[in-house]
Amino acid sequence: MARTITFQQAINEALDQEMARDATVIIMGEDIAGGAGTEGESDAWGGVLGVTKGLYPKYGDRVMDTPITESAFVGAAIGAATCGLRPVVELMFNDFLGVCFDQIFNQAAKFRYMFGGKAETPVVVRTMFGAGIRAAAQHSQSLYSIFTHIPGLKCVVPSTPYDAKGLLIQSIRENDPIIFFEHKQLYQLEGEVPEESYAVPLGEANIVREGGDVTIVTLGRMVHVANDAAVSLAGDGIECEIVDLRTTSPLDEETILESVENTGRVVVVDEATPRCNMATDISALIAQNAFGALKAPIKMVTAPHAPVPFSDVLEDLYMPSADKIAATVREVSEYRP
Amino acid sequence: MSEGDIQKLTMPKWGLTMTEGRVVQWLVPEGAQIEVGDEVVDIETEKIASSAEAPVSGVLRRQVAKVGDLVPVAGLLGVIADESVPDESIDSFANAFLATFEPEEVETRGPTPQRTEVGGRSLRYLSRGSGGEPAILLHGFGGDLNNWLFNHDALAANRSVYAVDLPGHGESSKDVGDGTIRFLTEVVNDLMPTIGLSKAHFVGHSLGGAVALNLALTHPERVASMTLIASVGLGPEINVSFVDGFVNARRRTEIRPHLAQLFADSSLITRQLVEDVLKFKRLDGVQEALQTIAERLIVDGRQEMILKDRLNEISAPVMVIWGDQDRIVPVAHAEGIADSVRVEIIRGAGHMVQMEAASEVNRLINSFLG
Repeated sequence: MARTITFQQAINEALDQEMARDATVIIMGEDIAGGAGTEGESDAWGGVLGVTKGLYPKYGDRVMDTPITESAFVGAAIGAATCGLRPVVELMFNDFLGVCFDQIFNQAAKFRYMFGGKAETPVVVRTMFGAGIRAAAQHSQSLYSIFTHIPGLKCVVPSTPYDAKGLLIQSIRENDPIIFFEHKQLYQLEGEVPEESYAVPLGEANIVREGGDVTIVTLGRMVHVANDAAVSLAGDGIECEIVDLRTTSPLDEETILESVENTGRVVVVDEATPRCNMATDISALIAQNAFGALKAPIKMVTAPHAPVPFSDVLEDLYMPSADKIAATVREVSEYRP
Repeated sequence: MSEGDIQKLTMPKWGLTMTEGRVVQWLVPEGAQIEVGDEVVDIETEKIASSAEAPVSGVLRRQVAKVGDLVPVAGLLGVIADESVPDESIDSFANAFLATFEPEEVETRGPTPQRTEVGGRSLRYLSRGSGGEPAILLHGFGGDLNNWLFNHDALAANRSVYAVDLPGHGESSKDVGDGTIRFLTEVVNDLMPTIGLSKAHFVGHSLGGAVALNLALTHPERVASMTLIASVGLGPEINVSFVDGFVNARRRTEIRPHLAQLFADSSLITRQLVEDVLKFKRLDGVQEALQTIAERLIVDGRQEMILKDRLNEISAPVMVIWGDQDRIVPVAHAEGIADSVRVEIIRGAGHMVQMEAASEVNRLINSFLG
């Protein structure tokens, strides 16, 4: 009990336990074994950040290094999924998903529908997202909203080590294509994770903090930033309820609306750029279904509509911060018509 | 306590993960006489609310922690001393404690569960206390050793007390064999020698009560005494919709109303308590384990194994404790029990009587065990 591991170890453990349980689970991606072309296992790094380290020595051929051709290997994984395997394919940065859009949203997402429900595509695409590591505009985006938009895909955005393991195990067991978004700044986050295997269902948001004054709906790393804001606000007597979406598709509308009906005030926090992101989508959901409960306008805290800057100073300003969230919550909580 | 002696009342540690608690309300004013086991101050944690009990008898001289304070486990709540002790001594005692107290150390000293192997199954147990005649605590259906968080330390003052995760529960193996009470009984019987016990006092709650009861009938040499709390096995009725609901609910909103039935005061169901139950139910194999046990426990809407009429075959002392607000197994099962059995009904408590009325249950068991 109370064993603590990192987010990164939780992902590794989920892959390990599912590969041990089910021989059809394979993993593939750029450098996920590492040390390609050599015999040794010592230089099997397990991906650029070592997330898959240790799996190659254990599972050999079921851990496949691929060439730097995302369109080819993501397509191969999707094809393998339709033929009976359960591939987990790693696409290093979500910024590169663009080169395999056809494979993902016009093939994988459509197979079940196009083949009259007879085809299943149990594939998981794991990918890193998020700003804050000085990786500039092409390696720092938060692109889950694009995939949330596509029916036939499921999108998972875990915020804790516990959720990362349980949601990844559930994703591998699902029979539909999943895009699994891992915030690169969360990899070293520690948390309690059971050693046993377990699955967290998709489509159930988590209430990570209870409060009666203002609802903060958020996801991914922003759950922790929002929590920092909530702690400081509690000192001033403003109690926030934080809804962690966990998955953007399916979306747990019930939990969001229930919380808003209790508080009547809501701030949506999304690290993605503001046009057509999760914040706008959830704001529309609330305006349509809980308008009568609202005591103040819905507010959003997001990145600006601009690429992620390379300058440290600008990147820090770009991301939603605890201060920005707290200021917005104050505005909403003080609002009187 | 001897004259001049100053004792501290500290933040208790309830369960394995508690690190701090918030003071909700003092139940005893400064200057009042308190006895060992009296509830002195209400404490809430993110998981649950209960009361800290007086560790010694004396006068509550100082309420050091104020309402609303967040105090680490083993941190100072109050000071107990005879009324003859001067105020200055009380204050310097409190100040000296606060000046030297290091909360981090406590966390690492927290109790750690152990494991034992029984018939190829790994079972988790937590041992507290030492010496005396040992006791074994058996939780109910869907529970685990944390169900005894308010009882374990109090019962372990003069003896070693083992709380066990039954198969299919907590962090024990999820293989429950054929899922019968008979099977669980044999596991407990086989477990005892692996932890060096040949005979023990048994305290069983709900399903765990039926296991203890069956053990006393099939292996009487194992059982020194038996305390059956809201026990299964004493009558045909059981809340079938609770059992089905608990087994099948997957979401927070689905399980909450079922959990609420466990307590007389359903405000005790916190978000964290619900989350902990869901975390258990999400583990691989739990759904099947609970389903298997439930199918053998209840046949045609009635309890399958009723041992009430065989209580007179048991020579070991038996006590039955029940909450009069029990909505899972009716308190009426405590009626018409053999005269040799001591029966204690606790008013205002539900099925989880050992949690809801912890100090009363602790006092009853400690006096029963002697």
